[in-house]
Amino acid sequence: LSSSLAVTSEQIEHLHRRFKQLSQDQLTIRKENFDSIPDLEFNPIRGKIVHAFFDKRNLRQESDGLADEINFEDFLTIMSYFRPIEMNMDEEQLDRFRKEKLKFLFHMYDSDHDGKITLQEYRNVVEELLSGNPHLEKESARSIADGAMMEAASICVGQMGPDQVYEGITFEDFLKMWQGIDIETKMHVRFLNVDTIAHCY
Amino acid sequence: SVSSIVPESCLLIVVGLLVGGLIKGVGEKPPILKSDIFFLFLLPPIILDAGYFLPLRPFTENLGTILIFAVVGTLWNAFFLGGLMYAVCQLGGPGLNHIGLLANLLFGSIISAVDPVAVLAVFEEIHINELLHILVFGESLLNDAVTVVLYHLFEEFASFEQVTILDIILGFFSFFVVSLGGVLVGVIYGVIAAFTSRFTSHIRVIEPLFVFLYSYMAYLSAELFHLSGIMALIAAGVVMRPYVEANISHKSHTTIKYFLKMWSSVSETLIFIFLGVSTVAGHHYWNWTFVISTLFFCLVARVLGVLVLTWFINKFRIVKLTPKDQFIIAYGGLRGAIAFSLGYLLDYEHFSMRDMFLTAIITVIFFTVFVQGMTIRPLVDLLAVKKKQETKRSINEEIHTQFLDHLLTGIEDICGHYGHHHWKDKLNRFNKKYVKKCLIAGERSKEPQLIAFYHKMEMKQAIELVESGGIGKIPSAVSTVSIQNINPQTLPLERILPALSKDKEEEIRKILRTNLQKTRQRLRSYNRHTLMADPYEEAWNQMLLRRQKARQLEQKMNNYLTVPAHRLDSPTMSRARIGSDPLAYEPKEDSENLPIITIDPASPQSPESVDLMSEEPKGCSGLPPSPEEDEEGLVMRVKEPSSPGTDDVFTPGTSDSPSNQRMLRCLSDPGPRPEPEEGEPFIPKGQ
Repeated sequence: LSSSLAVTSEQIEHLHRRFKQLSQDQLTIRKENFDSIPDLEFNPIRGKIVHAFFDKRNLRQESDGLADEINFEDFLTIMSYFRPIEMNMDEEQLDRFRKEKLKFLFHMYDSDHDGKITLQEYRNVVEELLSGNPHLEKESARSIADGAMMEAASICVGQMGPDQVYEGITFEDFLKMWQGIDIETKMHVRFLNVDTIAHCY
Repeated sequence: SVSSIVPESCLLIVVGLLVGGLIKGVGEKPPILKSDIFFLFLLPPIILDAGYFLPLRPFTENLGTILIFAVVGTLWNAFFLGGLMYAVCQLGGPGLNHIGLLANLLFGSIISAVDPVAVLAVFEEIHINELLHILVFGESLLNDAVTVVLYHLFEEFASFEQVTILDIILGFFSFFVVSLGGVLVGVIYGVIAAFTSRFTSHIRVIEPLFVFLYSYMAYLSAELFHLSGIMALIAAGVVMRPYVEANISHKSHTTIKYFLKMWSSVSETLIFIFLGVSTVAGHHYWNWTFVISTLFFCLVARVLGVLVLTWFINKFRIVKLTPKDQFIIAYGGLRGAIAFSLGYLLDYEHFSMRDMFLTAIITVIFFTVFVQGMTIRPLVDLLAVKKKQETKRSINEEIHTQFLDHLLTGIEDICGHYGHHHWKDKLNRFNKKYVKKCLIAGERSKEPQLIAFYHKMEMKQAIELVESGGIGKIPSAVSTVSIQNINPQTLPLERILPALSKDKEEEIRKILRTNLQKTRQRLRSYNRHTLMADPYEEAWNQMLLRRQKARQLEQKMNNYLTVPAHRLDSPTMSRARIGSDPLAYEPKEDSENLPIITIDPASPQSPESVDLMSEEPKGCSGLPPSPEEDEEGLVMRVKEPSSPGTDDVFTPGTSDSPSNQRMLRCLSDPGPRPEPEEGEPFIPKGQ
């Protein structure tokens, strides 16, 4: 398990302890267990995050849809998406590494699992991001999403005639959008400090 | 050309040398760069410019690394160099024997600090990637605290008879006092400045003054108490910037930007020229051993320091520093005018070898600036170091970055790990909840970052469009993607200008005629049966031209981030309509042929609210709204009473179509919260 997910045994220990905490010593976790984390309340996209844990595509299972509960192995699988980059990776490994992380993100945006991010889904993302501001109108979120979508379309497809319709952002387009940003260095969580374990209720 | 090989700083020094030589040749005594002038007038603008525009994200991400290089690196340099020079002096024969350990340590501390001015001057031109730039530059800024402490410490110790352990321990603590004290002073002044800017909505012209004043006061206050002035200045700039930018008008922002750039350019130029002049003018005492060994050990110390520290730092970094990076960091350790001024400050009484020190300092400065400065560019190309990517900040990137931030915070929470993101998130929340409310005026305090960013981008692009003339020169980067391409359900906008039938055209002409004639009169009622026979063809043609321009402008704006414009009619038309009737215009039931235009006033809640008209256009151009539809959809209600006296045809109402509104705002720039009476119309109202 350790080598396949490239997580050290120390980290596995720590995560296992955390898993036990969350699941209240059960073997599996359900969505409700995530409610016991106090800090997660403030997170605007908590719905998507929790959803991502149960998303079968992320769990590397063949089927689609949502799992009801996940065990520790699945938990680790999700966590492995956030491991930091290693020095000795070659080009190909690096590329795969990067694609994996981006795929995870892509699944978070693409909530209906159809393989592309439609305008509605993107609007949903922006609305959630702005959900911490109750007085804001829906219009603002929508127009930002529209503008962003137009920009994405122009990056991915370039010039479009008035009749062409841009269905949605596919994974390849998504990759293009992220080209400038080093996702492999940004999307990681440090597991260094194993002592600072927060407690749930 | 010369400037591509030789960096500007070198050329300036050469100019200074020439000028100094000239003055000396004439027989006058050339002016030397006095430390007062340098520290009080020449240095602050450069530092403020750097601090105010510091790219905060990379800086905070690499803060640990930067601090280690700045503090530990400088300490290492100072002691290593000081110690070795002492050894050299002991062995160096009669000329050098009398220089004590303390003097050497002092010399070491002066010469070891990487100079921000020199680094800026050289690194600006080579455009290396952001990481290296911020590492070297951040180091040069933060090592000021170390330099100040060491300098004052050794200077004082040199006048003591004996140095006890207690003194050393106190010196160690004074480092924390100096650096943290400096930062504290800066933060206090930054907060005061931000708070002041909250109230300047009525006197926008002096907004830039507050920024400069408070920053300079922070610097002076810190220097007064022997705290680190540079750190105070940086802290003040960093703290005040987000709040001040939210409060001040666009013009003030531009003013601040250009003034800072101007002052820092002038300062930089003067500093280098003065360096050249001072070289010619100063008394020099050249001692081969001393100077050459100084130079040699400086380089060695720097390289060793960087190597060892990087090895240590890489254990904790995610993005490790490659040997290439290390080389650039070591090579980029330039010395500059700060070292010279500090050396100049030494008095002869305690330091009889001051001239020798100064000569050595100048030699090192010249070497680093000329040799290293000139060769760094070809070396960067040779080693294929990553260069700065000119990425345009896009709304997509912003969304993704924020999403990622929240995601990582969430994962950290789930893991139960209080990492970076957790604390950053907490800080952000604290900021949003308490600090922003105090320091930002009005509605902007509640504006989330994404919205603020979006508006900024929109403004920028609107201004670009307006500046580019709007017609003809369509920049090639513009794509023709418009809202139909992504959302086919929205009704196509092919008819921004409705094709008017003959009757309607006649109506419109009449309106124009009546209004053009009656510009000086107050219209109380609109009577479309008062036909005037005079042909106002010119006005008509002009109007057509404007319509065309506006249409192209809109089309382009539609392709950008702007909310799609679902306007029934062209802005000029709606202006005409408003202009014609200051009273609320009641759509007549039988006026099926007239496009109904009513304008929704800008919501007071958010001054730059993105779009208030509902997206789905119900009543389309030319079609009468079906009776069961309510008055929303695409009807724009005339603002009640817009202003008596708005009888000029082309006076835009304050609640005009959003893109024009924004355009107006750019041009007239009343600031983040325009009161209705502040928005200046395009064309001055008739009396």
